[in-house]
Amino acid sequence: MCRPAQQQTMQVTINSKVETLDGDMSVADLLARRKIEPIRVAVEINEDLVPRKTFAERMIRDGDRIEIVTFVGGG
Amino acid sequence: MSQETPAFRELTDPALERYSRQVLYEKIGVEGQRKLAASRVVLIGCGALGTVLANTLVRAGVGFMRICDRDYIERNNLQRQVLFDEDDIVANLPKAEAAAAKLARINSDVTVEPVVVDVNHVNIERLAEGADVLLDGTDNFETRFLINDLAVKTRRPWIYGAVISATGLCLTIIPYDTPCLRCVFEEAPPPEMNPTCDTVGVLASAVNLVASLQAVETIKLLTGRHAEINRHLVHIDAWSGRFVNMNVQSAYEKGDCPCCKRGRFPYLSGESASTTTTLCGRDTVQVNIAVPTTISFPAIAEKLKPVAAGPIHYNRFMLKATVDEYELTLFPDGRAIIKGTSDADKARTLYARYFGA
Repeated sequence: MCRPAQQQTMQVTINSKVETLDGDMSVADLLARRKIEPIRVAVEINEDLVPRKTFAERMIRDGDRIEIVTFVGGG
Repeated sequence: MSQETPAFRELTDPALERYSRQVLYEKIGVEGQRKLAASRVVLIGCGALGTVLANTLVRAGVGFMRICDRDYIERNNLQRQVLFDEDDIVANLPKAEAAAAKLARINSDVTVEPVVVDVNHVNIERLAEGADVLLDGTDNFETRFLINDLAVKTRRPWIYGAVISATGLCLTIIPYDTPCLRCVFEEAPPPEMNPTCDTVGVLASAVNLVASLQAVETIKLLTGRHAEINRHLVHIDAWSGRFVNMNVQSAYEKGDCPCCKRGRFPYLSGESASTTTTLCGRDTVQVNIAVPTTISFPAIAEKLKPVAAGPIHYNRFMLKATVDEYELTLFPDGRAIIKGTSDADKARTLYARYFGA
């Protein structure tokens, strides 16, 4: 079935919280929207680590379970 | 009857009796306890994580622990740094010395060697010598990458642990088997990007959780249970109670890590080493000097007398003086900690002015 192009919303889980995202978005886009520097985080989608080099290519899909873990330096 | 087993008879051996509840745990047993007693660990950094790690592992009965730390104790440490108390502050003790004294009263079977030192690329190889496992109790990215460089280069396991606010991370690193720290986080974020314990605080509960994870991983390695280590990057949030085990193995297998894939160790070679470090959690800069020297505290105290606000204190470990709004702490090797600024240039200027030739 063919639908006219329109912005779709997606429901994903980010760090255990259900969230709604507007339209197509890569991991890099998601981080940019949240003002998270890619250098500071490790990202896993559906229990697969996303290599940092592919943050811009990896598109987020409806239903993805995303974990964003921030590099910590205190102690 | 269990009381007739050789394991039970060994437990009544006075040397093992104090560990009886740990020996009864099936994964440790008498054999594991003996391995612990023969083990050597080197702890780098003895603050929040470091004191909990040292406390746990010395009570558990490791054979030898070297504690390396550059810092002294402050009142705001007592909320989470479990080996220190108010008397230590009055006595102006460096953390490594105060920790060793406390640990000697906790378990005199363990040899604890305190070293008051800034661990850097010049001395880390010597300080880490003989260690079965290197333990991370540091408070900054640079020293962690330095430990990582050394660990990978010399194929020695180390346990990364870090905390901030109510959260923390732990990763067990067995070089060329599991991902190293730089496989997962290739670079240290620039300082302006990093929240510190000073800006967002830190909960002792988060510290205790992370250090406990580090300690149990250490015990697995020291008792020869490498196959049972947690190979995940563990993220904890003490406030929400949420734990995440992230599978990072592909970062090693498919990655292009500067350390374990390209054999580059810039932190160990000194290429990425700094001469000043802004310390996490405080408006404080440490100034290092290229060539360690021997400082005469009485001579420095004499020199500072005209400018110092209030008395100048010194003992054999350090000299402390206040000049203007700065608190200056000088160590016998010439290193200094300057409190009251986070500006490295300002700190170097103050150093040159008051401690320089």
